Amino acid sequence: MSKDQALRLHVPEPTGRPGCATDFSYLRVSPAGSVRKPPVDVLPMDTRDIAYSLVRVLDDDGNAVGQWAPELSIDQMRAGLRTMLQTRIFDARMLTAQRQKKMSFYMQSLGEEAIGTAQALALRPDDMCFPTYRQQSILLQRGYPMVDMICQLMSNERDPLKGRQLPVMYSVKEKGFFSISGNLATQYIQAVGWAMASAIKGDTRIASAWIGDGATAEADFDTGLTFAHVYSAPVILNVVNNQWAISTFQAIAGGENTTFAARGVGCGIASLRVDGNDFLAVYAASCWAAERARNNLGPTLIEWVTYRAGPHSTSDDPSKYRPADEWNSFPLGDPIGRLKRHLITLGAWSEKEHEETHKALEAEVIAAQKEAEQYGTLATGHVFSPAQMFEDVYKDMPEHLRVQRQQLGI
Amino acid sequence: MTMIQALRSAQDVMMERDDNVVVFGQDVGYFGGVFRVTEGLQKKYGKSRVFDAPISESGIVGAAIGMAAYGLRPCIEIQFADYIYPAYDQIVSEAARLRFRSAGDFTAPLTIRTPCGGGIYGGQTHSQSPEAVFAHVCGLRTVMPSNPYDAKGLLISAIENDDPVIFLEPKRLYNGPFDGHHDRPVVPWSQHPMGEVPEGYYNVPLDKAAIFRPGAELTVLAYGTMVWVCEAAAREAGIDAEIIDLRSLWPLDLATIVESVKKTGRCVVVHEATRTCGFGAELVSLVQEHCFYHLEAPIERVTGWDTPYPHAQEWAYFPGPARVAQAFKRTLEA
Repeated sequence: MSKDQALRLHVPEPTGRPGCATDFSYLRVSPAGSVRKPPVDVLPMDTRDIAYSLVRVLDDDGNAVGQWAPELSIDQMRAGLRTMLQTRIFDARMLTAQRQKKMSFYMQSLGEEAIGTAQALALRPDDMCFPTYRQQSILLQRGYPMVDMICQLMSNERDPLKGRQLPVMYSVKEKGFFSISGNLATQYIQAVGWAMASAIKGDTRIASAWIGDGATAEADFDTGLTFAHVYSAPVILNVVNNQWAISTFQAIAGGENTTFAARGVGCGIASLRVDGNDFLAVYAASCWAAERARNNLGPTLIEWVTYRAGPHSTSDDPSKYRPADEWNSFPLGDPIGRLKRHLITLGAWSEKEHEETHKALEAEVIAAQKEAEQYGTLATGHVFSPAQMFEDVYKDMPEHLRVQRQQLGI
Repeated sequence: MTMIQALRSAQDVMMERDDNVVVFGQDVGYFGGVFRVTEGLQKKYGKSRVFDAPISESGIVGAAIGMAAYGLRPCIEIQFADYIYPAYDQIVSEAARLRFRSAGDFTAPLTIRTPCGGGIYGGQTHSQSPEAVFAHVCGLRTVMPSNPYDAKGLLISAIENDDPVIFLEPKRLYNGPFDGHHDRPVVPWSQHPMGEVPEGYYNVPLDKAAIFRPGAELTVLAYGTMVWVCEAAAREAGIDAEIIDLRSLWPLDLATIVESVKKTGRCVVVHEATRTCGFGAELVSLVQEHCFYHLEAPIERVTGWDTPYPHAQEWAYFPGPARVAQAFKRTLEA
């Protein structure tokens, strides 16, 4: 008679904790150019191998190699580099403003600038994005004024959202940027619904859904995949795997010994796993997915492998749960540095031009902040009247809200 | 028309009038719904406007929010109100707040139809009345009809309304009025004047209550099946009760309520839902706040007990005419 072993609960752990280095071999990085590019009408089940490898275009020497190398003009690449730089400088400046108490809260996208920027470049301006709080690069790539963004961050008298929303929770319909919600994953299924609506109306616009690695554990991630597959919705289902959900390593979201791209294949959705710090790969994969959607070939799931280089938010201290210098050893590097190197290799960029652009962008951000501050900050109390908080609860203000507004004495 | 036919007619009318109206939910397409409320609609309007959905309540509501943000006007079904909870995040955090949080940039003009209420041996998960969990949510409208005429007119108003509407349909009333006398045969709507429903377009305004039975002795606040129970209780006890069918639970028609209670000086609130923190508590508060100096007796509540809805004990749970009549008498004697 054999004695049963006592069962043990498995709780995944990251290899790197404060004071010890991370072993990034779990990422299973493919060499640049090694992963094939299937035709856009590929059967979802035939993308299985790509969902378990990594699409990369830029090699370590800054050359674009392999089947995924996109046809992207020098001007487009320069524009992309500029937006990535702008996003990073904007983030850095807003972080400082938060520390100076000009705003209550901020979230950087340090290290993830390529993903939103390059996908925005691949989409048409009227395709609707359903972002999380870390896709500010989409807004910047689409030319939304930084002044309006900062007014939202400062909840001032010119805040487009009238001081109702936490900083970073932008909503810009005219730029195809859906209202950000604090509730994770809710926008994923909404993006699918928007795409279904576009299909119902015989439109040509597509939707772009966004979620982080941690939020894939929310029910609405699976719901979004199921509906996208069932109705063959024209949507790009983006999963930004930055390895961390606040303090939680992606393994505890379900990433251990598997990939998030593989979830798409399991749901019957064509899926790619792509180097999120490789601007050219992001652009190429986004174009491929957009073309599938526009040709009624159905949804595409893309896992973007990247690294959350900054703290989760201004309320977070990553040194409490991960190595302080982890980004330095992340195998996919820095998206800005990599595109910069590629452009220099092509003779289309230089250190000098980089420095000058950096300076010019810094001046633009400072000027935008100065202008925004003229309209007040949360600290100066130049905010919308409290009477505004009773508006827009319903289309027309019901009697009970009218009474409550009067009770407030305004 | 039965209430089922009236609800179907409302959707038919609105789909005809507005290309942006789409209908979907579990089993609502080819099959026409487990209660037949969408029968024939897919055949008439095609699969791109009336279609079956996966069994995912948050998926159904979440997709509808995305469609509404696009510019459609979805009228969706959750098979039983008891199963609406998986969609609670989408309803509360998203649909209800989208207009507010985006300062009107995006809106969610959708209608969520869902059969509710007990009295059908539905047990725990086919009998609940969750209206209070929606009435509590700012940004939502919660509506419940009690007869075919109102059902059609209110559903048309709900679909036309630019705010998200939770449209609760008492399934006990689908085929005929029900006064709680479960031992007597049910009279079909075809033999009742309120079963007379116009074929074409009309609406019943939201936020407007109806005086279901005018009276002088006491005011009864009720909705859904309980309107019929209250009417039977008053008739059988010989009490001249003024029965108000709220129709719109929130936002509600406060003026009609206050005017009636100021006239009668007495008030009984009746609902099927459990008592504690039920919608009745809000009604009692409002009457107390607005009619204090006119009240001649404590406000009574007759409700479901604070227990999950049982199966075998259906009629001990359901607030029937006998329990309601006792409350009427207590209030008059106080």
